[in-house]
Amino acid sequence: MNAGLIDRIHGPDVELTHTILYVDGVSVTFDGFRALNKLSLVLKHGEMRAIIGPNGAGKTTMMDVITGKTKCDTGDVMFDGHVDLRKLDEASIANLGIGRKFQKPTVFESQTVQDNLLLAMAGPRSARASLFGWRNRLSDDLYDRTLETVGLKDHRHRMAGDLSHGQKQWLEIGMLLAQDPKLLLVDEPVAGMTDHETMETAHLLRRINETHAVVVVEHDMHFVRELGCKVTCLHEGSVLAEGTIDAVSANERVVEVYLGR
Amino acid sequence: MSAFLRRIDGLGWVFLAVVLAAALIVPVLHFAMPPDSPFHMPIHAVSLWGKYLAYALLAISLDLVWGYCGILSLGHGAFFALGGYAMGMYLMRQIGTRGVYAHPELPDFMVFLNWKELPFTWWGFDFFPYAMVMALLAPGALAFVFGWFAFRSRVTGVYLSIITQALTFALLLAFFRNDMGFGGNNGLTDFKDILGFNIQAPETRVALFSFTALALAAGYLIARAMVTSAYGKVLIAIRDAESRVRFLGYRVEHYKLVAFTVSAMMAGVAGALYVPQVGIINPSEFAPANSIEAVIWVAVGGRGTLVGAALGAVLVNFAKTWLTGALPEVWLFALGALFIVVTLFLPRGVIGTWQHWRRQAADKKAANAPEKSPDSPAVEGATP
Repeated sequence: MNAGLIDRIHGPDVELTHTILYVDGVSVTFDGFRALNKLSLVLKHGEMRAIIGPNGAGKTTMMDVITGKTKCDTGDVMFDGHVDLRKLDEASIANLGIGRKFQKPTVFESQTVQDNLLLAMAGPRSARASLFGWRNRLSDDLYDRTLETVGLKDHRHRMAGDLSHGQKQWLEIGMLLAQDPKLLLVDEPVAGMTDHETMETAHLLRRINETHAVVVVEHDMHFVRELGCKVTCLHEGSVLAEGTIDAVSANERVVEVYLGR
Repeated sequence: MSAFLRRIDGLGWVFLAVVLAAALIVPVLHFAMPPDSPFHMPIHAVSLWGKYLAYALLAISLDLVWGYCGILSLGHGAFFALGGYAMGMYLMRQIGTRGVYAHPELPDFMVFLNWKELPFTWWGFDFFPYAMVMALLAPGALAFVFGWFAFRSRVTGVYLSIITQALTFALLLAFFRNDMGFGGNNGLTDFKDILGFNIQAPETRVALFSFTALALAAGYLIARAMVTSAYGKVLIAIRDAESRVRFLGYRVEHYKLVAFTVSAMMAGVAGALYVPQVGIINPSEFAPANSIEAVIWVAVGGRGTLVGAALGAVLVNFAKTWLTGALPEVWLFALGALFIVVTLFLPRGVIGTWQHWRRQAADKKAANAPEKSPDSPAVEGATP
């Protein structure tokens, strides 16, 4: 394994076993278009990371590779220091403890808020378990904590499709919490939210980060600053800059990429 | 048990009451009422309604996969026909020496084809329990193998519909062949008795009707138990956002496979109950048009409602009986028109539209009611 990469990014004190996510030299090509170009990214246990970058920088493709939706052509993707994610499918990766929130809020619209949480709730996921098992005997209080965290307690029996855009985003975050993954991948959580909702979401994510590692992809620099975490800027499928928000936003190349040349 | 009973809604109770009442009342209407009474039910009507109820069971099985899991099967008639053939083979073996050629073991068509011994596919079919197990297993195994490959390869939507259609068409062609050993073009008919009872006797036919009604009720209960469990919630989630369900860690292909296999077995039971009541099973039951017709029943009644599917099957077939009697050449046009009208103007189907109206009315009532807190939006009150 490439120890050089970890040294370069985190210094010699960080080893592979300390990483929750280790992405090294990953390339993905779609019909000749290089969506990811030798992308490398390392996330420690309990870390929160914001990923920024212009459209087409490869942010969503990176998430697709991690969650098994897209297979990478070259490179290593390791979870928790020892699990090779390249060989697994979506369901196995999700069961390892990687949760994903999509760019477009994708809740199950024809089902209630509570049922959405029920579907996400951590536990056995086989057909037999859900036909006869514990998932049929969940008590109301089990939902309460999650519903309270995401501020949807009064909406428990509403159809998810009837929620406002911001509420759907929160419900999706609530589903992630119910899933209780070790690593949360959150794609543009504040798209379409009001300023107030954006700040609420930043606080929510920081609270979630107390117990989970989180990767947030976001355009909104105001929001990223509010997260107060390390920032990685992607451009044309590889890392352009990495560091604090101030360092990254002062970086000349980043400014150039964002403002066009 | 009580937890399960709570999962049946008002509509479900009405449905069960009607079906079970029919199982009890139809024998009374046939036997206890004098033939000249307006309440008398002639025996052909009993079998006709028995046929409708068998179709209703097929419709519920189709609704389980289409309405709840989004698998539009255009080949469910194949599972129905396989169940029918299993029953037909049992009934053929019961004929014994009463056939035209009076062969003690071989059915007439095999003697006619100059066959010397019973092919292995027919072994055991003189034993009723074995035949009934096969009526479940044959469609179930076919659905399992077919579904295993189709769902694992993530074949969905219109492509899946096309290959289900191809499946039933392939079986149609296979069963037409004499050397398949299932009676070829003519199929299986001339049945004499079932479990020792004369299949033409009114008592037997009334009993068959009542059994079909009971099977329909049981099929509904099984389907209802499945769709209201957490499993059913996953099915609905797969229907609405399949890839999202994968990212939640569910093996979508397993869920689909369970629903598809159970549904095929249910369709097989429907076929097995259908055959003794109509007195014949032949390859035309595999015709793609039959499967498409079943889809129309479900669409008319309302997919994703179970009760609606059963209602649709009865309504459309009632109309078919009447129309093919009165204006035979019009039926196919009427069926096509019905499908277009339902798709354009009644996409939720009869029961689905009714449920939608009721929900809207409830929402409106809740919205007009005084709100609990001034800052909560009006729709919040709609929750029960």
